[in-house]
Amino acid sequence: MGYKVSFEEANQIFAELSSEYEIWAPKRFPGKGRYSDTDIIRYDKVKTVEEIVFDEKSDFPAKEVLSPITEPLFYFTEDEWRESKVTSKKIMIFMRPCDIAAQHRQERIYLGNGGFNDMYYERMHEKVKIVMMQCDLDDDTCFCVSMGTNKTDDYSLAVVCQDGALKVEVKDETFAPYFEGKTAEDYTPSFPTENKTKVKIPEIPNKEVLTKLKSHPMWEEYNKRCISCGSCTVACSTCTCFTTTDIAYNENGSVGERRRTSASCQIEGFTDMAGGHSFRNTAGDRMRYKVLHKFHDYKERFKDYHMCVGCGRCISRCPEFISITATVDKMNKAIAEIVAEENK
Amino acid sequence: MNNPVKPVPCKILEVKQESKHEYTFKVESDIKPSHGQFLQLSIPKVGEAPISVSAYGDGWMDFTIRSVGKVTDEIFKKEAGDTLFLRGAYGKGWPVEEQFKGKNMVLIVGGTGLAPVRSMLRLFAENPGYVESVTLIAGFKNEEGIVFRNELESWRDKFNCIYTLDRDKIDNWEVGFVTQFVSKVPFKDFGDNYEVVIVGPPPMMKFTAIEAMKCGVPEEKIWVSYERKMSCAIGKCGHCRIDETYVCLEGPVFNYTKAKYLVD
Ligand SMILES: Cc1cc2nc3c(=O)[nH]c(=O)nc-3n(C[C@H](O)[C@H](O)[C@H](O)COP(=O)(O)OP(=O)(O)OC[C@H]3O[C@@H](n4cnc5c(N)ncnc54)[C@H](O)[C@@H]3O)c2cc1C
Ligand code: SF4
Ligand code: SF4
Ligand code: FES
Repeated sequence: MGYKVSFEEANQIFAELSSEYEIWAPKRFPGKGRYSDTDIIRYDKVKTVEEIVFDEKSDFPAKEVLSPITEPLFYFTEDEWRESKVTSKKIMIFMRPCDIAAQHRQERIYLGNGGFNDMYYERMHEKVKIVMMQCDLDDDTCFCVSMGTNKTDDYSLAVVCQDGALKVEVKDETFAPYFEGKTAEDYTPSFPTENKTKVKIPEIPNKEVLTKLKSHPMWEEYNKRCISCGSCTVACSTCTCFTTTDIAYNENGSVGERRRTSASCQIEGFTDMAGGHSFRNTAGDRMRYKVLHKFHDYKERFKDYHMCVGCGRCISRCPEFISITATVDKMNKAIAEIVAEENK
Repeated sequence: MNNPVKPVPCKILEVKQESKHEYTFKVESDIKPSHGQFLQLSIPKVGEAPISVSAYGDGWMDFTIRSVGKVTDEIFKKEAGDTLFLRGAYGKGWPVEEQFKGKNMVLIVGGTGLAPVRSMLRLFAENPGYVESVTLIAGFKNEEGIVFRNELESWRDKFNCIYTLDRDKIDNWEVGFVTQFVSKVPFKDFGDNYEVVIVGPPPMMKFTAIEAMKCGVPEEKIWVSYERKMSCAIGKCGHCRIDETYVCLEGPVFNYTKAKYLVD
């Protein structure tokens, strides 16, 4: 069923939903950007439609709602401990198609990988209802069409913000009562069909080529260019890595917690082990590790699709203007070179 | 909802010094690990660390630990009667039943690399005939670094043993790296009926495998155990991943045909 609701009506619906739901959406934080006078757009709880940014891509992805950058796992007291708790409410998230696809990719890791379900992700995941924001952006970093993440039917509601009103498709009947008496209007969301930026997906034919690609000189460029700041992985819709640490709140260590914090494979020390062993000691090695995960390793393991969803956030956030699409192009060339050499 | 990272408090039954920097902690537990698996040991408010099971039996497990940092130092302060927190067992261990039973076993270990094969060696020692024969090459940096010394000496009656220190000379011990002794293994007498296990620091495993292959050992008969940084042990945190492989899930034990592609 389709509806057209004014902002006022939509805010009324938000208010009604709020007894049962937290509503999360991309929101503008003025002056919080990297440079003075720039804004940052990231996910936060919203109460009104006006707070939601529809016409720009958020700097940070929707994953932060489900798996916060820092998350307590257990609280410890003298001789007892308990699991951290989460909100008792359900969670409604406004997401673009690429963000929805990114959650599918994260689920493969958090839920099921190795036969283990991550309880902390699972308990949030079960609460989520998706509101798909129709995406008409195509800024010059987007390449969702190349990655096949431009379309989805995984949502409860779809919305588009047009002429100061919201058009809504109610796909999940549980939300129908909230729209009773509102103006009916046919609405089926449209999806991006072409991006300005296109990526040719690399085909690595076998392990020998992969091994040669790993030591190809193309990665050396990043030893000079990448400053290993990790901004790309923080902004990435699909990166999931974290580090578990314990902390004591007080001097004598009687109370504290075990928590996890997002970790970045781009930052030195990601692999350090006691005894002084570490791996991937150059920025180039680490870049290779990240890019191959997004465009080879993940799919090799989980089969159905590549990890990268083409959201382009890593490109926008990189202070050194390193572009993953340009890197993938270079990788395509390197693979072609290696394959040609093999066939000689 | 089941929480796979929830730790379980367990009582320490006994603490035994193995060498200057290594202690074995015997812990009360009903967990039934397999040879070569590891657990996450933790002390609340300090942290977690992956540690191999170095021996196990009915209601207990041994962990042989080298103190190198925050968590391991804190574990060293514990005594019998104190509590350690455990979760696991994790990973894939040695294919003892499937591949090793009835064969001539060659084990080449460096330093604390002995810990992840110790429970398997005990099985071989206590069950004559379980395997055809055992050749054990064990190397340590110096006398202070020798772990399970009493056990090593007791195995001399049961296994063909070559023990060596990197540079120092002590009675009944050789001098040199384990790689130098690989060619002393009578691979020819074993026909096809043998398997080779190599555990130690990454460079040691690499060069020992190369030595073994020089002696004609095919890749598929070589088994290694990898150590990587781990922060969850259940395939979530990403620290241990190499390509499409998670060392905490598919490892730490790998056949060399797979391990050779696991380039970081
Ligand atoms: C599958 C597996 C099995 C393992 N089995 C065993 C086992 O049976 N026994 C065992 O003792 N260990 C084992 N380890 C290693 C053990 O997990 C680490 O030693 C432990 O995690 C260290 O934790 P920590 O908190 O004490 O050290 P941390 O405080 O985390 O210190 C480690 C960090 O400090 C630095 N550091 C500390 N010590 C040194 C040093 N000596 N030289 C250089 N840098 C150093 C390094 O940067 C390192 O990253 C195993 C590891 C794995 C992955
Ligand atoms: S790698 Fe870049 S483009 Fe791909 S999902 Fe991550 S942030 Fe988006
Ligand atoms: S690629 Fe860019 S954002 Fe990522 S670590 Fe390197 S410099 Fe930082
Ligand atoms: S240790 Fe976390 S994924 Fe393997």
